[in-house]
Amino acid sequence: MKIDVALKVPREKAFYFFTSIGNYTGENAASLKEFMEKIDMVNIKSLEFHLQRGDFEKWILEVLQDSELALEIRRLQKLGLSGDALRNQLFSAVSRRIRYLSV
Amino acid sequence: MRYKDNAWLLDQTDLKILEALQEDARQTYSAIGKRLGLAHSTVYDRIRRMEQQGIIRKYVALVDLEKVGLEKITALMTVFTDPKESEKIAEKLAKSSKVLEVYTSLSEELVIIAKIVSGSQEELHSFIADSVAPLPGVLRIRTSIVTKKFKETLASISPDLSES
Repeated sequence: MKIDVALKVPREKAFYFFTSIGNYTGENAASLKEFMEKIDMVNIKSLEFHLQRGDFEKWILEVLQDSELALEIRRLQKLGLSGDALRNQLFSAVSRRIRYLSV
Repeated sequence: MRYKDNAWLLDQTDLKILEALQEDARQTYSAIGKRLGLAHSTVYDRIRRMEQQGIIRKYVALVDLEKVGLEKITALMTVFTDPKESEKIAEKLAKSSKVLEVYTSLSEELVIIAKIVSGSQEELHSFIADSVAPLPGVLRIRTSIVTKKFKETLASISPDLSES
């Protein structure tokens, strides 16, 4: 199935960025393209929180239905990255995938 | 007790009866009468009137959930909102069985404060992520999980509220 990187999912299926249990940053992403943009600017605590919980992988697999990228995210989770290294790796993985899907 | 300006005005005797009921709603009319120096029939009549007028809404049991092994997580959630959507958000929250209390408040920004109960932290997070964050007009959310409860009671009848 071809994935449209800019296709927006309904509001209730978007990804909502939290920094901890119940603390919503106000940032959300409704498409893979928006997801990449938010990775670049959201509070780093939020990336660490969701990666460790497996939330990114779950959303990408269940909502965007991109099993390839979900697998890539799971690999990153296992590396135990944090801070800017995590942001850079995550951004690279998603932007690489977007470039591939956009060809 | 009399009606004025769309409200029932209670006299000191009504207020004292209400205070007694709020301490222990199961005590008898005689016990309340004895304590307040009133005939039990007076206490009965006044309670009946206050029930009929909806001043006494209902009698409930305060259950200690911890003692029956049903302790739940309590959290205080502050939702920062777009002022235009605030009422709608508060109304939606009020409909949820997980939400015990909802208030709107005007501080520096318009916020909604809600008290939530949940079976676990994960359930709490899912509720906020799936049912609160996606509501139109929600700007951000801060949630504090209660770690220890020092006091929980119902609003009491204060003599200050009495008819002047």
